[in-house]
Amino acid sequence: MAVGIRTVDLRKVYNSPPPLAAGGGFGPRGSARGSKQPKTQVAALDGLALEVAPGEIFGLLGPNGAGKSTTVGVLTTRVRPTGGQAWIGEFDVWKQQVAVKRLIGVVPQRPNLDFSLTAHEILAFHGAYFGQGSKERNERAATLLEKFKLTDRANQMVRGFSGGMMQRLSIARAMMHDPQVLFLDEPSAGLDPQTRILLWEIIREYNAAGKTVLLTTHNMEEADALCKRLAIVDHGRMIASGTPQELKASIPGGYLLRLRFGKQYPDLLQRLQSLGGVREVRSADGTGTDVYADRGGSLIPEIAALAASAGAELNDVHISEPSLENLFLHHTGRSLRD
Amino acid sequence: MFVFIFGRVMVQSGYMPPQYKSLLLPGIMAISMIFTGVWAVAMPVIAEFQFTKEIEDRLLAPIQNYWLAVEKIFAGMVQALIAGLVVIPLAWLLLRPVELNINPLGFAVVTLLVALFSASGGLALGCSVNQQHIGLMFSMVLTPMIFFGCAYYPWSALNSFPILQKIVLINPLVYASEGLRGTLVPKFPHLSTAAVIAALLFFDLLLLFIGLRRFESKSVS
Repeated sequence: MAVGIRTVDLRKVYNSPPPLAAGGGFGPRGSARGSKQPKTQVAALDGLALEVAPGEIFGLLGPNGAGKSTTVGVLTTRVRPTGGQAWIGEFDVWKQQVAVKRLIGVVPQRPNLDFSLTAHEILAFHGAYFGQGSKERNERAATLLEKFKLTDRANQMVRGFSGGMMQRLSIARAMMHDPQVLFLDEPSAGLDPQTRILLWEIIREYNAAGKTVLLTTHNMEEADALCKRLAIVDHGRMIASGTPQELKASIPGGYLLRLRFGKQYPDLLQRLQSLGGVREVRSADGTGTDVYADRGGSLIPEIAALAASAGAELNDVHISEPSLENLFLHHTGRSLRD
Repeated sequence: MFVFIFGRVMVQSGYMPPQYKSLLLPGIMAISMIFTGVWAVAMPVIAEFQFTKEIEDRLLAPIQNYWLAVEKIFAGMVQALIAGLVVIPLAWLLLRPVELNINPLGFAVVTLLVALFSASGGLALGCSVNQQHIGLMFSMVLTPMIFFGCAYYPWSALNSFPILQKIVLINPLVYASEGLRGTLVPKFPHLSTAAVIAALLFFDLLLLFIGLRRFESKSVS
């Protein structure tokens, strides 16, 4: 039985600076006001409504400080919402904490492993918190260590682990009690590409067993590759949501064609503008021209013909497909990486 | 160390009368228990909330958050009890002869209450103080507590300082030392054991309440 997630009008205002891993992030948005008051008020969530279907991989995509981690914090009983409600399955997250904690597994953004324990002990203790018998938890721990390629480190202290190993162990720990809903807060931050792919495989496999996965990321590639549905959040509000394809299709003129001519032809820009499907033409440095359009490859022959008729020499063409980066840029006017 | 310096050096060198050893023992026990209990709870709480964050995983275990605080208090109490009881054989080794006249029931009640006091005090402190102020906490709270705690002298020794004598009554360590004195070496002047138990119970409940409240509010942001 898969379990869904729902929030209604979720709000959170931090009175003190929020902890780094739980969200408000680096941009001191409240500080212009806050500098006069002793307490800085940071609104991390501003009426967020989410609906995650049972058994899907759902991504929260947004820049640092968008409220992603705070959302995860509220849904995992770690952050008290200032307003609104959240449910995991049928349980109200704030009122039925114990029932909720039984259903969820959480991978924090910052490793919080117990440094005085070995990898195996961390998993076994976690299993014990959830009432697993010693045989069961030892077997599960061994299986998970194997899956995350940590078997040879099973009896070593976590202190000496690399960041990637700690991250893998955190995920193994969150899966230890086989939770119905798995939360991953920036799971692939700081992982090498190889480990990232291992992680994606494991997440997909876990999801295939009917479990719901909610992950936050600011990596568009990851959101695109992994998530069935996405919500783009910024300043604690949802900007857009849907499948990655839907979202990308919603960008007007999602394609970007970067052209390079032998030299600048002012007249040519206007003629490009009049081609079917072209939304915007911008002349970049010197001889480069950026064309935002609804279609990509099919525009090329027309552009080439146009250039030829104008006597311009077309040196280079680069087409970029609709991407979530473009979408974010479109909605907020700033890049995800800012 | 306390036992050796005060009990052995000071007495042997003739600065203190020999009975002082027996007077000192309960005080040392009280200090040892309270230091251990406060330390054993406050330090892990501060470290786990602020540095390692390892408590986060336990906060996700399917129980109410306050059970974690209860567990910390229990562990702190056990450590405080061990630290207190270890003083007795140690003192017996170093300070022979010490005349003990133990009142078992009273002693058990007082030690348990002192242990609970130290552990819940540690929780309250650990959840209230942030990392920059750990040193301050020890110098501002624990040091005056120890010197005005009637550990090195009976409360009645303050008879000639009536105001101070009243003021120190807000110091829970007074009740700890006096209570242990009353149940271990009753021949010295001490506060009545019933009053001590009542006062310790009051401090226990107060600190337990504060500690649990602070813990609950610290465990969610």
